[in-house]
Amino acid sequence: MSLHDDFASALLAPDQPCPDGLFSSNGADPASRFAVYRNNVHSSLINALATAYPVTAQLVGDAFFRAMAGIFVQAYPPNSPLISEYGSTFADFIQGFEPAASVPYLADVARLECLRVSAYHAADTPWVDSQAVLQQLQTQTNLGAQHLQLHPSVGALNSAYAVVAVWAAHQTEGALATLDPWHAQGVLVLRQGLSVKVFAIDGGSVAFINSLKHGSALEMAVADALEASAAFDLHQCLALLINHDALTHSLPEQKVSP
Amino acid sequence: MMTLSLLPTVSPVQVPGLPYRAGLGLKNEHFKEVLDTSPDIGFFEVHAENYMVAGGPFHHYLGLIRERYPLSLHGVGLSIGGEGPLNREHLGRLAALIERYQPHSFSEHLAWSSHGPVFLNDLLPLAYDAATLSRVCEHVDQVQSTLKRPMLLENPSTYLQFQRSTLDETDFISEIIRRTGCGLLLDVNNVYVSCINHQRDPLAYVNALPLRAVGEIHLAGFAEDTDNLGDRLLIDDHGAPIDSAVWQLYEQVLALTGPVATLIERDNQVPAFSVLHAEAQHAERYLSQAHP
Repeated sequence: MSLHDDFASALLAPDQPCPDGLFSSNGADPASRFAVYRNNVHSSLINALATAYPVTAQLVGDAFFRAMAGIFVQAYPPNSPLISEYGSTFADFIQGFEPAASVPYLADVARLECLRVSAYHAADTPWVDSQAVLQQLQTQTNLGAQHLQLHPSVGALNSAYAVVAVWAAHQTEGALATLDPWHAQGVLVLRQGLSVKVFAIDGGSVAFINSLKHGSALEMAVADALEASAAFDLHQCLALLINHDALTHSLPEQKVSP
Repeated sequence: MMTLSLLPTVSPVQVPGLPYRAGLGLKNEHFKEVLDTSPDIGFFEVHAENYMVAGGPFHHYLGLIRERYPLSLHGVGLSIGGEGPLNREHLGRLAALIERYQPHSFSEHLAWSSHGPVFLNDLLPLAYDAATLSRVCEHVDQVQSTLKRPMLLENPSTYLQFQRSTLDETDFISEIIRRTGCGLLLDVNNVYVSCINHQRDPLAYVNALPLRAVGEIHLAGFAEDTDNLGDRLLIDDHGAPIDSAVWQLYEQVLALTGPVATLIERDNQVPAFSVLHAEAQHAERYLSQAHP
């Protein structure tokens, strides 16, 4: 074991004694000094999660959230100095975290908040006139083979719970009494200009957006959407995307190499 | 402890070009206010890792603010003291940021924060021995040759010491500067915190450093705790106003160095911009009295 092996493993395991070979010049127990580093590591990472997942934290309360995040930090410390990317597996962890089972929509709220962080930092694209994209689409003879390019910030997910309603209720004071989380809701997150926006969408639209994101041509994406929900409304979904600058351009049929 | 006799430097340190003024750490809470009010601030400093994102508001605002102010890029995640090799991917990201924003200065810490696959998100202490010294010097050389510019290395705040250490911290730092030609980011708060924690005289610590290499000064606030003996244990938390003892030490440092670009750091409990601006103005009063 190297010096840093010992130090790093003792930092992450609160029950482990402080490493050997340390001292304080005043003769104090080095463990009482080592505790500062251990606290810095844990609290800075828990704070990073609390910043990225504010509504998740509000739903369970600060003490519960910090305890849950602390267990996550110990089990899954970051693998990169880019702390803005830390916690991409936090929602999956919450899903399996037994003490949080009484808030069944907690993991999906965390997934929504994870999409928001990704959207906030997603790549910029040159601004395009959405009406021009629309006109370009309308003049296509082979519309179904078109590949619609979504803004890099666009993310969508399905939930068995009304997570957009839950999330939105925590953006303003009050009105929580009328909230009914017990029905399915799809989520669309995107960044328009500098603002990250969250929309409730139907399951067909989620399937449509995710199919486009995976590179499907328009015809295939519509088929995926209709398979998810026979009530899928293509015009409504495209209007939502176009009105929020989320459709950046359209490319003719692409030859996909095998 | 063994002490090294310092050899005269072979080539003079090229001090990067931040103005001899007070600067502020740029917080995202203050992006809009800075652009709307164009406050008279000498420079802004950002944590490099916060801007290692693809796009969005961080790049939008930093681009606009960079057009108006000198910039210092301060890394917190390179782990220069790490036992393993430097993360080349991370070094590449730093090079890209420097290319994009052309900062007046790049600085990093005498510390480690990565070990194996794990990033620990704290500036961890080093044993000051010959093996660590040559490793740190290799890493600083690699940073400077990759980034094609000299870097500033920041003295740490520490809470304990290693029995393995054979060099004083000041000798260790002096030797890195002598061997690599890097500059010194003298964090006056770190000096004070470490010296209280290790029962050392702060001014003697400062005097043991090659002050000609100082390219920037950091000032910040600390938190106060006690160890198991009930002795003061100061924690560098960047969460409070600068302590009067640190202002006093700063004045003594300036008398030795002459005016130096000085950053007010605040990363926790960030107050209104006007509060930080007032601290910057306070630092500028000391700077204006310092003789070159």
